[in-house]
Amino acid sequence: MNFGSEISEAFIVCIAAIFTQNILLAYFLGLCPFLGVSREIRAAFGLGLAVIFVMTATTLLNWLAYHYVLVPLQLEFFRFILFIIIIAAFVQLTEMVIERYSPLLYQSLGVFLPLITVNCAILGASLFMVIRDYSFIVTIGYGLGSGIGWFLAIIAMAGIRQRLANDRIPRGLQGPGIALIIAGLMALAFTGFTGVLQGQ
Amino acid sequence: MFSSILITVVIVSSLSAGLAAILVVCQLLVANYGTCQITINGEKEISVQGGESLLAVLSAQKIFIPSACGGRGTCGLCKLKVLEGAGPLLPTEEPYLDSEERKNQVRLSCQVKVRNDLQIEIPPELFAIREYTCRCAEILDLTHDIKQFRLELHEPAAMEYIPGQYVQLRTPPYAGQKEEVYRAYSISSDPAQKNSIELIIRLVPKGICTTWCFQHLNVGDTVRFNGPFGDFHLSDTDKPILFIAGGSGMAPIKCMLHHMKNTGNPRQATYFFGANQVRELFLTDQMHEFESALPRFRFVPVVARPEEGKAWQGQTGLVTDAVRREISNAAECEAYLCGSPGMIDASIKVLQELGMNREHIYFDKFG
Repeated sequence: MNFGSEISEAFIVCIAAIFTQNILLAYFLGLCPFLGVSREIRAAFGLGLAVIFVMTATTLLNWLAYHYVLVPLQLEFFRFILFIIIIAAFVQLTEMVIERYSPLLYQSLGVFLPLITVNCAILGASLFMVIRDYSFIVTIGYGLGSGIGWFLAIIAMAGIRQRLANDRIPRGLQGPGIALIIAGLMALAFTGFTGVLQGQ
Repeated sequence: MFSSILITVVIVSSLSAGLAAILVVCQLLVANYGTCQITINGEKEISVQGGESLLAVLSAQKIFIPSACGGRGTCGLCKLKVLEGAGPLLPTEEPYLDSEERKNQVRLSCQVKVRNDLQIEIPPELFAIREYTCRCAEILDLTHDIKQFRLELHEPAAMEYIPGQYVQLRTPPYAGQKEEVYRAYSISSDPAQKNSIELIIRLVPKGICTTWCFQHLNVGDTVRFNGPFGDFHLSDTDKPILFIAGGSGMAPIKCMLHHMKNTGNPRQATYFFGANQVRELFLTDQMHEFESALPRFRFVPVVARPEEGKAWQGQTGLVTDAVRREISNAAECEAYLCGSPGMIDASIKVLQELGMNREHIYFDKFG
């Protein structure tokens, strides 16, 4: 495959990961912070940005670790442990660095970083990247697209929940109940993108 | 087979070890904030190792900032003015600061991390705050659920405080309680005695500190507290005083009365003390002593529901009812209130109806 067609495949995979294959609304990964931090748009925005950044960076690091360490040593079955350690170490490192050098960025994004260490969407993206046998360049598109897709989903959710805060919701459905129903409706809406493109 | 296990273990361990090494190096290079200078009130300078919260750094320097939650960012007591170097306001601080405080650069010291040189302002009275180690010298039952504790100061051996101030008593870990906690109690003793203090404590069902005081603390035990804190104190005017208190709210008022007696204060003063039943009244003899020592002082105990069969000659009803009966015009008076939030709110309402200016009502509310 030449470089040009890889770039275009990466682009298609990226768009697909945002809409048709949205990691949150199609695979329901990373639900816990999605429900926990979607009460207001500001916090959702910070967490979403952190997910985009960490997801892109860790899928790339994991791709390198998988193809240059695990495959040559025939230790592919160790990917779960290795991916998790790499994600944790990377998040910790990032937190340290931005706390030191960019207090402003730390303020909007840093407080959410520890939450991401255990976000299953991040690990999920790395595992999908292996299962689907993406090349390095396509992985860039996939990691970025998955992150943006998650970001869009949580921003949309936060917008809806902020609007719902003033509405009268039956007592049994308040809080997580109505949030899960909304997530379901959003997932239904996103399946509408299925016909647009299929990039797997 | 054995060798493949060995190789796998070695590879996975070395990968983890490599990542750990990177993190440690980073911790040393990046998260090392070096020595930071903290300038306090523009005069005093201290050098500290950066990286910790301002509250923790100050407390290590024996400068005690009031904090009920121990630096978790939930009580909002540890406010300080940070003039320079604190960085932007954090989301964790926002709920505790109003627009006036934000304009004045007030921050929660438990949330501000010392990363560079700081310029801060600490109210001078906080410098007087120390940690005291003392011995529980006497425990006295005042009523069925109120006790008086006398603490002999050992280190430092004496304390200066303004009558009406409180200390934060340390409850060590005990029984099911794993962490130490601090709770605030007003000083009730004679301020002329500098080497011991007394606290009047009411048992709160399931209260962490009061349960410890009532069930685990014995005479002879070592106790620690820090203080003194608070700005509840007698004003410098000669306006007639109305004291209103209930239960353990007796403490700061008693301390103020000792002080009035010591200084021969000639101000007119009336003390309304509310209790539910006659058996909940305490220290009445002491109050009558004050009445004979202070010619213009009057003690008015008020009992809401006197027990049947007990002869009660004094006032009945709520403490606010008694205030209404005794005082017709409170416009020229000052009021000092100490007790439950309900009692204080009701008293403020009544005093304002009687013409008192809201600015002349001072209170110490405990929840």
